[in-house]
Amino acid sequence: MIVVENLYKSFESAEVLKGISTTFEKGKTNLIIGQSGSGKTVFLKCLLGLFPYESGSISYNGKIYNDLSQSEQRKLRSKIGMVFQGGALFDSMTIGENVKFPLRMFSKKNNSEMEDRVHAVLKRVKLEDAYKKFPSEASGGMQKRVAIARAIVNNPSFLFCDEPNSGLDPKTAIVIDNLIQEITSEFNITTVINSHDMNSVMEIGQKIVFLKDGHKAWEGSNENIFKTDNEAVTNFVYSSELFRKVRRMYNEGL
Amino acid sequence: MFIKPTKWTVMRGLILRDIDDLVIGSFGIVAFISFFVGGVVTIQTALNINNPLIPQYLVGFATRQSVILEFAPTFISIIMAGKVGSFITSSIGTMRVTEQIDALEVMGINSINYLVFPKTIALLLYPFLISIAMFLGVLGGMAACYYGGFTSVSDYIWGVQLDFIPFHLVYAFVKTFVFAFLLATIPSYHGYFMKGGALEVGKASTTAFVWTSVAIILSNYIITQLILS
Repeated sequence: MIVVENLYKSFESAEVLKGISTTFEKGKTNLIIGQSGSGKTVFLKCLLGLFPYESGSISYNGKIYNDLSQSEQRKLRSKIGMVFQGGALFDSMTIGENVKFPLRMFSKKNNSEMEDRVHAVLKRVKLEDAYKKFPSEASGGMQKRVAIARAIVNNPSFLFCDEPNSGLDPKTAIVIDNLIQEITSEFNITTVINSHDMNSVMEIGQKIVFLKDGHKAWEGSNENIFKTDNEAVTNFVYSSELFRKVRRMYNEGL
Repeated sequence: MFIKPTKWTVMRGLILRDIDDLVIGSFGIVAFISFFVGGVVTIQTALNINNPLIPQYLVGFATRQSVILEFAPTFISIIMAGKVGSFITSSIGTMRVTEQIDALEVMGINSINYLVFPKTIALLLYPFLISIAMFLGVLGGMAACYYGGFTSVSDYIWGVQLDFIPFHLVYAFVKTFVFAFLLATIPSYHGYFMKGGALEVGKASTTAFVWTSVAIILSNYIITQLILS
């Protein structure tokens, strides 16, 4: 579980996060949504420890990150898996080596144990035949699945995903969404996804935090997002006619 | 750079890969340039000696001094600032742009140690490359004498051996080690701290080349002043 309390973050005079407090629950897919420029990526990077913040606190399973020593912070980071928007796969390594990388850096397993784990994880994301390919030879959807495999290979307690569906066709996007949700419940990890894909919100948004201009404007689940009267949320979620129709049908019980 | 170093088993592979990319991969261009510039230095020297009182073996002497003192350590390092420097900046810069450095940081890896340290260690072998440049430069001069007929090969060899001061080699290799450090660190800095996209990677590579060249020229002057004067 990740608990965020009263988080403030500025870049020079521009205040980007303005007192965000929320909880990301274990075993659930938690989504951060909001318009471009609402502070989603900055919030995610603060959660990851990539950006320092001015005030507030972030605690991981009860431990406040800033109170930990450097070695404890590094130990905690080794429990974090991250899926970057563009995959952030290492170009110079094959897909298998990319997935093996966190094990080589942190695990005490011998080579054959590491290889077994890599093959098991690649099989889990349905890429068992891609071990020797380079990232440049893989499609966008495959690269995202490799990034997910790399993120979970070391049995993380926390999984972060930055726009995991960006640049993917709707069918592949649903495959990625379902994969993330299955992994979250299978390994009982705390998953935080930064997204503005409304399909993801509806499909896997077990907990949704809506950001607007650096504030938390709403939080709830994909079930009660249909029922909310919060104007900021409805303006964002139902900006397309399709979703307005879906909402009408949902409310009419169709 | 040294806080929480990368595991040795991983670092060893990175160092070997960087030796291959930065040192062994530069051998061809360094050999080609050294051989022909050595030949040109010999031809220029021979053609400018008009006085019959000046002995012909001076051509070999002048070539050796030019190649060992300046051409091999400094001129080759400027070329390497373009070849190796822009490679380092663009590879690290691309990792920055594509969030690969963020990925390392999120995993709890000291990214500067992972990316810059192996390059610095790999370039400790740079003097090996420069010693080859020295040898091939002098050899290129000898080939120019043989095929161009500017002086006899025996005179050239006599000139190359004349008044040889071993300390000049010490001076040349001290410079080379300093240049190797500059070649590893300045381009790495420009790649690591760059911001923006693909266009900025190109700009960072150019900036890195300019500043590495400036640093090499200035440090060359300072080291020469300190050691030889």
